[in-house]
Amino acid sequence: MNIKKVLNLEDVEVVNEYEREPVPESKVKGFNKFVGLVAGEHIAGTEFVIGPLFVLHGVSAGDLFLGLLIGNILATLSWTLICAPAAVRTRLTIFYQLEKICGYNLVSIYNFINGLLFAVMAAAMIGVSASAIGILLDVEGPGLTSLYPESLSWVLIIMAVGAVIAVVATFGFDVVAKFSSLFAPWMPLIFLAAGLAVLPQLGVTGFGNFWEIANEKIWTGVPVEGQTKYTFWHVMIFAWLCNNAMHIGLSDMSIYRYAKRPSYGLASGFGMFIGHYMAWIASGILCALVLRQGNLNPSPGAIAFMGAGIAGLICVIAAGWTTANPTIYRAGLAVQGLFPTMKRWKITVAIGIVATIMACFPVIVSKLDQYLGLYALVAAPVGAVVLIDIFLFPKIGLVSNLAEAIQLKFNLSVAFTWVLAMAVGYWLYVYFEADFYFFLALPSWIIAAIVYILTAYLQQDYFSKRTKTLSP
Amino acid sequence: MNYILKTISYIGLVLTLFPAFLVLNGSLDVASYKMWMLIGTICWFATAPFWIFKDKKASKESLQ
Repeated sequence: MNIKKVLNLEDVEVVNEYEREPVPESKVKGFNKFVGLVAGEHIAGTEFVIGPLFVLHGVSAGDLFLGLLIGNILATLSWTLICAPAAVRTRLTIFYQLEKICGYNLVSIYNFINGLLFAVMAAAMIGVSASAIGILLDVEGPGLTSLYPESLSWVLIIMAVGAVIAVVATFGFDVVAKFSSLFAPWMPLIFLAAGLAVLPQLGVTGFGNFWEIANEKIWTGVPVEGQTKYTFWHVMIFAWLCNNAMHIGLSDMSIYRYAKRPSYGLASGFGMFIGHYMAWIASGILCALVLRQGNLNPSPGAIAFMGAGIAGLICVIAAGWTTANPTIYRAGLAVQGLFPTMKRWKITVAIGIVATIMACFPVIVSKLDQYLGLYALVAAPVGAVVLIDIFLFPKIGLVSNLAEAIQLKFNLSVAFTWVLAMAVGYWLYVYFEADFYFFLALPSWIIAAIVYILTAYLQQDYFSKRTKTLSP
Repeated sequence: MNYILKTISYIGLVLTLFPAFLVLNGSLDVASYKMWMLIGTICWFATAPFWIFKDKKASKESLQ
């Protein structure tokens, strides 16, 4: 069997991802393609971690169901009303659009940080997938508090997983979408089946007493010892902003620039309500049972194996892959800005190698929450800057894409906005002793929007008086 | 041929989910449920790649 022929990969050498030009109208994709991609992407190995998190932190059943409902609606709207319209208007990646706004030197800093953060995320996914393969091969993996690799067998598993992910990502958007579309119909069924099948072991005898058992034995409202109490607000904010870098941070412009219409942002709802609603609820149910069986520190692989056997382990492996693939793809686009003449597939291979090396260190998974907080802090202000520049500036008489217009290499107003928004966001986080790192993304985004309008006005006023050639 | 492959694929998806409902109403034990789920998984991945990518290619070409 010719794998390249089956996957339609013969044209990999001439793959064109439109990194530095708008996606032509002839290349836009249908709605179902986005559904397949995002449904797969948002059912990740981490769903086996986040669902249990709410159980461990004592969320009540009512708070969980309502918080997830509202949070996921807000996330879907953020993609539909903020990210997709910006992507369809410009048909550019966030990286190239940002270069037009802030100049090559400043965007290079952003690209480097972004590429690194994407690589870290991909590394975490490689680690999660490897945890399931470790169970299949009877190789003991590191615990959630481990920092360094503990065995050669484990490192070899990581390298094998990383190699497959990097190769698939190398073939570009089409193959990433194809890879996701193969897993997308099957994976949610594993989560749903596993969640349903363990309910009798918790005492559920039918839909009639589900709510009673849910309150008494699953989401009891009482955190386990040593964990803080999470409320409705924690659940809602987490569901809304855990992907904030992708929607209000506009990273998913890289994906939605292929959308025919901005309304295709609604496709994200499939990912949210399957991955971040049903899957979080299902994995929470599984976690409650594992806790009752005496395992107080379960791994994603252990939870999946208990709920669905070998198929559950395959699900964890696939869930990690389908998230890591588009993540490495995005990292490739980010770094492409630094090396515009280099083939994207070569860059993707290099990033895959970096991510695989990082994945060998379990600290990438055990400190994932801190990384996500940092990611939110970096990405949110940039999203605000790009959105204001695209949509508001033409309406208030300011010049969009200033760096491109006057050949700026380093737009000071963007740099000032970015640094100030990150600093104030972090200060607010520390000052209010917020126990939830995602809380800082929203104030940073709003501060960046306001500050950028003010600084851009002063900057463009200065340039127009000096050169008298600047006009919107 | 495509029709047969698709049928096996969809049967695989049914086998992945349906046994869970049987466990829920008490007519199937957990070990059998996990076995049927694995059989369903194998059916899906052994057949879906042969038609799902062709369908995607056809829909892409119809767009261009």
